[in-house]
Amino acid sequence: MLGLLAAVAALVLVVLASIAVGAKPIPLPTVLDALLHYDPTQEDHLIVHSLRLPRTVLGLLVGVALGLAGAVMQGLTRNPLADPGILGVSAGASLAVVMAIHLAGVATLQGYVWWAFAGAAVVSVAVYALGSLGREGATPVKLALAGAALTAFVGSITSAILLIDVATLDQYRFWAVGSLAGRDGAIVEQVLPFVVVGTVVALGLGRTLNVLALGDDVARGLGQRIAVGRLLGALVVVLLVGGATAAAGPIGFVGLAVPHMARALTGPDYRWVLAVSAVLAPTLLLGADVLGRVIARPGEVQVGLMTAALGAPFFIALVRRRRLAEL
Amino acid sequence: MSALLRPVADTGDRPATRRRLPRGTRPRGAAVGLVLLAVGLLGFAASITVGDFPVPLRSVPGAVLGTGPDDVVFIVRELRLPRALTAVLVGAAFGVSGAIFQGLARNPLASPDIIGITAGSSAAAVFLIVVAQATGTALALGALAGGLLTAVAIYLLAWRRGVASARLILVGIGVSAVLSAVTSYLLTRAEIYEAQQATVWLTGSLNARGWDHVRPVGLALLVLVPTALVLTRHLRVLQLGDDTARALGARVEQARLGLVLVAVGLASVATAAAGPVAFVAFVSAPIARRLVRTPLTIVPAGLVGAVLVVLADLLARRAVAPTELPVGVVTGLVGAPYLIWLLARSHRIGSGG
Repeated sequence: MLGLLAAVAALVLVVLASIAVGAKPIPLPTVLDALLHYDPTQEDHLIVHSLRLPRTVLGLLVGVALGLAGAVMQGLTRNPLADPGILGVSAGASLAVVMAIHLAGVATLQGYVWWAFAGAAVVSVAVYALGSLGREGATPVKLALAGAALTAFVGSITSAILLIDVATLDQYRFWAVGSLAGRDGAIVEQVLPFVVVGTVVALGLGRTLNVLALGDDVARGLGQRIAVGRLLGALVVVLLVGGATAAAGPIGFVGLAVPHMARALTGPDYRWVLAVSAVLAPTLLLGADVLGRVIARPGEVQVGLMTAALGAPFFIALVRRRRLAEL
Repeated sequence: MSALLRPVADTGDRPATRRRLPRGTRPRGAAVGLVLLAVGLLGFAASITVGDFPVPLRSVPGAVLGTGPDDVVFIVRELRLPRALTAVLVGAAFGVSGAIFQGLARNPLASPDIIGITAGSSAAAVFLIVVAQATGTALALGALAGGLLTAVAIYLLAWRRGVASARLILVGIGVSAVLSAVTSYLLTRAEIYEAQQATVWLTGSLNARGWDHVRPVGLALLVLVPTALVLTRHLRVLQLGDDTARALGARVEQARLGLVLVAVGLASVATAAAGPVAFVAFVSAPIARRLVRTPLTIVPAGLVGAVLVVLADLLARRAVAPTELPVGVVTGLVGAPYLIWLLARSHRIGSGG
């Protein structure tokens, strides 16, 4: 509980920093003023409303989505190494964006959004379907292996196109690192419904994931409808990660690492892990984004790179500090 | 954290299945090995004969020994044979390395790619390509150094009165994330031509590989695979979990360090020779395990890896000829459907996971 409160406080600070810090620093009182009493004639207020606010809201959405999806994915596959990408979401989105550039000549960030989301949805449905083949249905190991296999398959097609078409590579490489830069309110509106629905459902999945963590047999014995729970979890991951990737590009590491951090704070109860992940992930993402704007002035370092650079040392320290008991 | 770090037991780890199997599986293991060997040899022979300049199979033995028309001898001895051998050796090295990591971690998602070894090689190689326009031996040595340094860093960071598998892997993921970020950063800052060079290297390519690439990988396999086989006895015990293994008297720390060193060595040397050929290290052991139906599959995984890379390279060279694709593009296309087919075909309870 204390951990959650501290995380929420940190998130509020990071949100304010994300609005205040940038090419033109805006003092905090002005930020608050712009948020509460918006005056379009003032330049600072205009920056806050048209640039910083959409970017910060998007960072929040993407962060919440990745953190929750990571926790759901690890619970669903009962595998601490499963990141949300294991369902093929990022790979599908990437292939769709590459095809959009290569075949359809799409060149705008808004243009990528629907392609990416469609690609994510198609590939993850295929992963789920293939993972469900065979006698036992969608077991965690089969899901994880089918996901990794299809991710590699789709990734092969992506790299084949990129190797054949240099112009596409030139465009794609900037999308592929994951960034919040240049995204306006329109993109936020495009992905908002997916992330909101996904978030609501994900936060309600805690009990189901707790029961699934006991193993299929025990879960079944406790009256859990395993297939339904698993399918719901997979849908949530697609909504959340599909939306996040469509808006900001594939951002790795957050979804994998944040649930581990949350677990270190709260213990293994998924109801808490989900809640804390949903707060920690956007804190990490926005913190990384703010830092990325500052360290390479006048340019900026993309948030996808900064989350790894900022989050990994923290993650490693955390992993070192705790005694990890074996089963 | 403990319960959640419990990895998924992969196929065949279930005690009941295992107790029933040993006797019945040995002939099956041998048969699978022979079939893999036969397929591998066929692919090997094909990759020497097939090409823009076809060499008839009957003139291959002569050409290898140096008799026959000069152009045929040159093509076979200097171009096709070393390339095919590199494919075999790199595939075997990745397969064995992946099998060891997955066995150590007791997790089918663990592989040198996830643990961060290949991420280290890749970051070093992309740095050399983008900043120093390196090629050939310098690039290979740089990649090797990058991989080994990364492994040392991961092991030291994970060391805390011993190295638990779970901690080793999570630290590896963290280190890998940083290194991938470095790689992506370099790619966005590079000139497009160098970015393309780097992309080819990152996919994994056997283009223009010669004897200089065959020798180090061959030597590494010759030394490290027997070592791995000796240490495998310990791996079997380690699969029961650290605490159980210790209680059974296994020298957990030494055995694990030895196996990690073997796996890292193989992955680094193979990556230095051909780049981090996508997917081979990950997929070989799960395929081998489903073919042989035993949980530990060092040699079969090596065979599967070798066959996969040889066939993939053959396809990569000829699919859109005369353009040659990097082999890493095709390994995923070949390996993934096969693994999925094996998963779907699992009729016995437990064999699907």
